Amino acid sequence: MLTREEVLKIAKLAKIRLSEEEIVKYQKDLSGILDWIGVLNELDTENVETTSQVTGLVNVWRTGDQISPFGKEKELVACTPNKVIDQQIALKNIMK
Amino acid sequence: MQLYKKNIAQISNGLTNGDFTSREVTESYIERIEKENERLNVYINTCFGAARQMADESDARRAEGKALGPLDGVPMSLKDVVCTVESPTTAASKMLEDFLSPYDATLWKKLKNAGVVLLGKVNTDEFTMGSSTETSYFGITKNPHDDTRVSGGSSGGSAAAVAANMCAGTIGTDTGGSIRQPAHFCGITGLKPTYGRVSRFGTIPMASSLDSPGPMAQTAEGCAMILQTIAGNDPNDSTTLPNQVPDYLSAIQQDIRGLKIGIPKEYVALEGLSEDVKNVLESAKVILQDMGAELVPVSLPHTKYAPAVYYVIAPSEISANMSRYDGVRFGYKSSEAKTLQETYEMSRSEGLGDEVKRRIMIGTYALSAGYYDAYYKKAQKVRTLIKNDFDAVFEKVDVILSPTSPTPAFKIGEKGDDPVQMYLEDVFTIPSALAGLPGISLPVGKCQQNMPIGMQFIAPQLGEPVLLQVAHQMQLQMINQP
Repeated sequence: MLTREEVLKIAKLAKIRLSEEEIVKYQKDLSGILDWIGVLNELDTENVETTSQVTGLVNVWRTGDQISPFGKEKELVACTPNKVIDQQIALKNIMK
Repeated sequence: MQLYKKNIAQISNGLTNGDFTSREVTESYIERIEKENERLNVYINTCFGAARQMADESDARRAEGKALGPLDGVPMSLKDVVCTVESPTTAASKMLEDFLSPYDATLWKKLKNAGVVLLGKVNTDEFTMGSSTETSYFGITKNPHDDTRVSGGSSGGSAAAVAANMCAGTIGTDTGGSIRQPAHFCGITGLKPTYGRVSRFGTIPMASSLDSPGPMAQTAEGCAMILQTIAGNDPNDSTTLPNQVPDYLSAIQQDIRGLKIGIPKEYVALEGLSEDVKNVLESAKVILQDMGAELVPVSLPHTKYAPAVYYVIAPSEISANMSRYDGVRFGYKSSEAKTLQETYEMSRSEGLGDEVKRRIMIGTYALSAGYYDAYYKKAQKVRTLIKNDFDAVFEKVDVILSPTSPTPAFKIGEKGDDPVQMYLEDVFTIPSALAGLPGISLPVGKCQQNMPIGMQFIAPQLGEPVLLQVAHQMQLQMINQP
C-alpha cells in the first residue's frame, strides 16, 4: 500500500494539488493498480529488448523546403487565460 | 425524405447522381441532431452555420462540374480531440472547455479539402481516457440502442453519432481499443488503422506511441471511403509511415476464398467472456467458412499480460503529454492562484477530472527515479514479447478473428468504483494496439437484451486493405443470408 508521503510526492512531481479525501482515494486506487500491474514480474525479460515505438522508422528527416510561415500568431496568443502584454503572456513572479 | 437514414456510400452516390443536394442532406442531419442530442448527449458543440456554408459551397462546385470527389458534400462529425478552426476543441474537459484552435488537424484539413461538411464535435471520455464515455466533463453519451447503457469509449460520441444517424461518418481515435469497442457497443463499423497510417498532427495526444485516429461509419465500405482521404504520410508528423496509400475501395471487392483466419485460443478461453459474445463468435466462424475462408487455431501466449503492459505505458506517456496543461498558454486557469506554482497546481487540480489525474499519477510514479526500470522498462520489454506473438502468428495466417470485447454494452454506472474493472474491458483490443497493428470491428449479431455484438479482425502492419475486404465481404454475405 502506497504511503501518504509517497502519494504526496507523486502529486508534487505531477504538479497536482490533492484534497485530504483525494489523498486517501488515490492511495487506494494507485496501490490497487500497481498491485495488478505486478503480474508482469511473472515473466523473465532478462534478454528481451524494449519496444519504444512500433513503426520501424529510424531518423525521419525533413526533406526539401517544408518550412512555411505559420501566420496565426495573434490567434495563438489569444488562447491564453492570462494577460497579454506586447504579444507576450504575463505570468506571476517566479522569484520574490 | 429522411436523408439522415442513408449511409455514407448512399449519400455520396445520391449527391453524384443529383438525387438530392448537400444542403438537403445537411439540413436533414441538423434536424435529426436537434431532435436527438438532448436525450443522447452526442455532440459537445455543433457548427451548423459553418456546415450550411460548406454544404452550399459543395453544391455550387457540383453545379459547375467541379465536385472534389466521393466525400464532397458529405456531412461528418469529429471526435472532440481533433482540432478544427470552425468549432472549439474541448477534449471533453473543463481544462479546454473554451479552447479554439488556431489551426486544423491534418486529418480534418484533408477531409475539408475533399469537401466534407462539418456538423460538429462529438463526445469522448475526458482526454480520451476511459472505455465508456462516462468520464466526459460534458456528461455521458447514451447508447442509441438502449439509453440506460453506455456507448462505449473513448470514442462513444462518435459511435453513437453514426448509430443514431446523426452524421454520415466520423473520426475516432484508438489507443487501446477506443474506436473498436464503442463500434461494437453501438452496432457500427470502426477501423483502427496501423499506428502511423493517419497523421496525429493537430489531434490532442493521449499516449503518443499508441494513438491512432481512424474512421467510423455504418459499414466497412464507408470506413474505406474515409480512410482513403485521411491516410498518408505527413511532414508535420514524423511518426507517419512513408508508404503509399493503396486503393481501398478496389481492395474490398475481392472475395475471401482461401483467406486464412487465425482464432487465438487465449481470447476464447477468457474468463468473463459472455455467453452471447461466444455464440456470436461461433456464428461468425460459420459465416466465414461458408464464404470459403480457412479457420486456423493459433496462440498468442502473452495475451493476459497485455492490459498490465498498457496500463503502465499509456499512463506514463499520458503523464508527459498532460504536462502542457498548466494554465499558461491555453486552457483553464484557476482564479484562486496567487503564485506561479499555484497557477500550475490549482489549474490542473480544478481543470482535470479524476480518471485523468489517476493516470497522470500512475505515469508519474512509473517514470520516477527508482521505479523506471521496474515498471516502464519492464512493460516495454513485455510489449516486445506481445509484438513477437503477433509476428509469429502472421507467418501462418492472413488475419486474426476475435470478439471485440468480452461483453455487450453495460449499464451506465455498472463498472462502479474499481478502475481495474473498467481497464479489463479492453483485453481484446489492447494487444494489437501495443503491437501497432490495425484492427476493425463490425456488427455481427445481438445479445439476449437485443444489444449489438461486434467481432474484430486484426491484420499485420498496413493490413487495412485485407481488414476492410473481409469486413465488407462479410457484410455483403450477412445482407444476402441473414
